[in-house]
Amino acid sequence: MQTLGELKLPQFFNYPPYFTLQPVRETQEKQIQLWKELIIAYCRMQKLFIIGLEEDFPLFSNPAIERSLNYDARSAFLSALVSDGRAEWTDKGHRQCLILWHQIQEWADIILRFVKDNGLEDSVMTLEEMRSGVESRGTDIHGMDHTVLTRALKLLENKGKLAIFKGTSTDDEGVKFSV
Amino acid sequence: MAGNWLLPAETTTSGRPVLRPGEVESSLQPSVDLLNEENPNLPPLKSGLLVLTTHRLLWLPNPESTTSPAASAAAAVPLAAVVQILHSKKSIKGMFASPRVRFQVSITPEYKVQEKGSKFTTITLVFRGKSDPDSFVGKFWEAWRGRAWEGAVSGSDSGPGRVELGDGGGSSSSDTGLALKMPVVGLSGILRKEQEMWESTDKSLQDAFQDLNALMNKAKEMVALAEKMRQKLLSGSTSQANAANDEEMGSKEEMQDWLLSVGIVSPVTKESAGALYHQELSRQLADFVKIPLERAGGIMNLIDIYCLFNRARGTELISPDDLLRACSLWEKFNVPVMLKKFESGVMVIQNKSHSDEEVFSRIKSLVQKPDALKTGISATDAARTLGIAPAMAKEHLLAAESKGFLCRDVSPDGFRFYINIFHDIDPNDAYLVKEYGIYDAWIRAAIASR
Repeated sequence: MQTLGELKLPQFFNYPPYFTLQPVRETQEKQIQLWKELIIAYCRMQKLFIIGLEEDFPLFSNPAIERSLNYDARSAFLSALVSDGRAEWTDKGHRQCLILWHQIQEWADIILRFVKDNGLEDSVMTLEEMRSGVESRGTDIHGMDHTVLTRALKLLENKGKLAIFKGTSTDDEGVKFSV
Repeated sequence: MAGNWLLPAETTTSGRPVLRPGEVESSLQPSVDLLNEENPNLPPLKSGLLVLTTHRLLWLPNPESTTSPAASAAAAVPLAAVVQILHSKKSIKGMFASPRVRFQVSITPEYKVQEKGSKFTTITLVFRGKSDPDSFVGKFWEAWRGRAWEGAVSGSDSGPGRVELGDGGGSSSSDTGLALKMPVVGLSGILRKEQEMWESTDKSLQDAFQDLNALMNKAKEMVALAEKMRQKLLSGSTSQANAANDEEMGSKEEMQDWLLSVGIVSPVTKESAGALYHQELSRQLADFVKIPLERAGGIMNLIDIYCLFNRARGTELISPDDLLRACSLWEKFNVPVMLKKFESGVMVIQNKSHSDEEVFSRIKSLVQKPDALKTGISATDAARTLGIAPAMAKEHLLAAESKGFLCRDVSPDGFRFYINIFHDIDPNDAYLVKEYGIYDAWIRAAIASR
């Protein structure tokens, strides 16, 4: 079985038409469905948040069969994720895509669980500590995208679960949990 | 059965009369009754198509009024049996009634039309349609006086293979077994014989180009020559099938193709068919396309048919518009061919039996072969297997794709089609492979061999 990073690739990854955007509607819907799931699975496995449409992305080509997705196909698959609410364009030109392999609400739940598991209910932490500290190691929070983390924390702040302190730079940003 | 006092006439499946060798149509008249006023017991033939040829007067039943193409009801009066064409009297009364033309034919005592019969009877033609009986009578006279059937009778007596055209070089080999007599057999033998024949007919060709009238006189001879050579090639290929190698067969077939495309002896023209032009052209075209269609695997580009048809018609060329109108009339007749327009706008002629389902199932079996599963098929591959033109094959592949049966793969290697495995993949479990499905078959062929 072929792997990419740590992701076990499905057999159809070697099916050449998988890399050509299919023009027939029903077939294309199925193709997009399969691509969406694979992109999410890959990003989760690799902890990737950003896909640039014009940059090389390992998942979008298969050297074994010498096929790769063209721009239109990439754009179609990422647009499908965006309309599902599982990704967002980060720019107006739709050249870069933020992949939410957990929705913001899910991220908020994960943070809450992380706080409870580590007994951090009333503590203060910087955002940087959360992303790269010892406590978060082994969880999805480790290495989390800054934008996504900030948005998840804002959601929790609105629910009164914590307070965000603005620092002089992004390094200084911190939170006080009050779960 | 109507008209058994007349001779029966054969028609093709599309309802065109089957002409004898050398017979040429000269006029067509719609809605004509053929009756015998002297003997009311004989059933009159009502409102059919009257076809005047150089040999016969044919009456064909109206295809719309009969449910089946009733080939048996078509009747013929050989011009040889016509004794006299009567002059129609012009009168005031005649101006209001349908125009009539009468002529006398010889009959047997049993009232059957026959050449040199012992009795005579008068046949009346009643023109009910908007036709021009005067010009018809003119052509009738012309054909009757032309006595074209006399040459044909002597020709048919000696059999089609023995029409004497050239001198000894052409006729020496017909029955006596050329493998024994000729010092060189096979391809070179045929070519040498051909060469001799060309030399002997070279003179007649040169004569033919002296002036147009001479050409018209020679045209019949030329067509007969082509037909004769074709017959000879046919008999040659069977008699020495053992000795013939593939190359030889190939060049023979090529030669036959050339000769086949020489001739429609009696092309439908605006002049002869008048208002019925498109209708009759349509029928003639339906008969004509049968052989080329068979060779091309049941489907052909309209453009190719246009070229072949015009080539076969010689000087009586038709316009693309006429061809299209002739093809679109097929829907109304019971003919075995049809015009089809692909989504891309490409128009083809295909046998009705050459259904899309059949092509589809052949494509289906083609893409499921191990090699095709692995590397897909191109339009060229499909064309080779289906025996049709690549452009046509691509149309069929695209049609199969739009039905969701194929998927495309566009890469630097080209445009290829694969069997669609997307339907067989479980969207909730991308790693699940259902046993014995298309996906499973594809994995076995494509991955296992890697």
